[in-house]
Amino acid sequence: MSLPEIPEKAGEPGRRWVNLLLGGGLAASVISFFYPAIRYIIPPAIAESTSRSVVAAKVDELKRNTGKIFKFGSKPALLVRTADGNYRALTAVCTHLNCTVQYRDDLHQIWCACHNGLYDLEGRNVSGPPPRPLETFEVHVQGEDVVVTRKA
Amino acid sequence: MSGLYRNALTWLDERFGAGSVEEFLRHKTIPIHRHSVWYYFGGMTLFLFIVQLLTGILLLLYYRPTPNDAFESVQYMVTQVRFGWLIRSIHSWSANLMIFTAFVHMFSVYFLKAYRKPRELTWVSGMLLLFIVMGFGFSGYLLPWNTLAFFATKVGTEMAGSVPLVGKWMLIFLRGGEEVTGATLTRFFGFHVAVLPLLATTLLALHLMLVQQLGMSTPPGVEKAIVEGREQKRIMPFFPNFLLRDMIGWYAALGVLGALAAIFPWELGTKADAFAAAPAGIRPEWYFLFMFQTLKYLPSKVLFIDGELLGIFGFSAAALVWVAMPFLDRRIGFGRTTRFFTGAGVFVIGYMMVFSWLALR
Repeated sequence: MSLPEIPEKAGEPGRRWVNLLLGGGLAASVISFFYPAIRYIIPPAIAESTSRSVVAAKVDELKRNTGKIFKFGSKPALLVRTADGNYRALTAVCTHLNCTVQYRDDLHQIWCACHNGLYDLEGRNVSGPPPRPLETFEVHVQGEDVVVTRKA
Repeated sequence: MSGLYRNALTWLDERFGAGSVEEFLRHKTIPIHRHSVWYYFGGMTLFLFIVQLLTGILLLLYYRPTPNDAFESVQYMVTQVRFGWLIRSIHSWSANLMIFTAFVHMFSVYFLKAYRKPRELTWVSGMLLLFIVMGFGFSGYLLPWNTLAFFATKVGTEMAGSVPLVGKWMLIFLRGGEEVTGATLTRFFGFHVAVLPLLATTLLALHLMLVQQLGMSTPPGVEKAIVEGREQKRIMPFFPNFLLRDMIGWYAALGVLGALAAIFPWELGTKADAFAAAPAGIRPEWYFLFMFQTLKYLPSKVLFIDGELLGIFGFSAAALVWVAMPFLDRRIGFGRTTRFFTGAGVFVIGYMMVFSWLALR
């Protein structure tokens, strides 16, 4: 018994079609396997806290020339009571590499311990590696509360 | 005993040709010369890796990778579980010693020019292993969820995030969100105990196979001396002669590990608090210090580029060049060394040591 002759060889139009369909199908299935996996790796975005203001401290809580970290939305923020008794509020996230800054009562400035960055009380980056100033917030004293509000 | 061994070997040989495995083990020899001591550091790194594997599995019995539990579970392990302190301390000490011996191994290969043809791929696989080991260090550092680790992870991932184009994507991928949170801890745990071990074991198998296949490199200087008849060629079989010597070293290393763990148990620190300031004196593990110090010195802007970006690019470029060294150092060959590349190596070691020292000061 002789085998039937195979009518087309590789490179001929019919074979090319088969290769194209096979390859295309394979590529499509690879993409459909990997696309969900890659999307899975990236977590869904969490909605930013919409609250524009927060009670950062009580009026008698902070002594002069001290600072306090408080929670503002999902990020830490810094409330400073200056030597002359005024309040300042800024984000506590260093603009260099994301560390949390603190108030230095010896320097009367805001300091980042990670890479020795310094900011003044207006949030301006004065020395060290920080590239940008800290965002500042408004502070109001309402009765017993020190309220910090995001600037409009 | 020897008869039993022979019989077992014959039995296995009849099934799958075990004789060729023995042959594969036996064909490697170790050149004996004045630099032979450096041959021990690869095996020592391998041994410490195995210690990491075993102690890591033991730590998994008690560790819980969530922000509410991680710190407490480690605390429980080191205070309540019998010998928990020992297992954890050995894991930490062995990790640090492994990074140290890996660096010694890498630099000895570099200065003895063992990366020259035909061992380019051994060098590349070894460098990839070194990066993986540093990845192990970075991811494992976060797992106890203490303050130092929390900020180290913030800074490290933020650096990845400042890379143009893909940075944001990498940051989200690494942190599992915008910030360092419990999501980050879960991810780092997965990297540390599943992804990296898989990559490391695969690459390690390749690395060891290449070493076994190609045999040990003789430094060009020694090669030259042998060819010119100033020195006699001496060798030692790897299996079992050199391996037994290796094992003496490993036995000593176990003793050193036990002593270090007992005398200097690894600190746990304080639990991470996302709403506390970074503590004064914060710094990363010693093997990242030279990069850390460079970041401190870089001003916020160099011309129009962000200082930190310049630092990251500088180090990435240097690492790439270092991996590609066997392909750049083309003029090296039998009995011939290249002074420029030796100088570059001295500069790199010098830079790392000086900047690490400045960071510790």
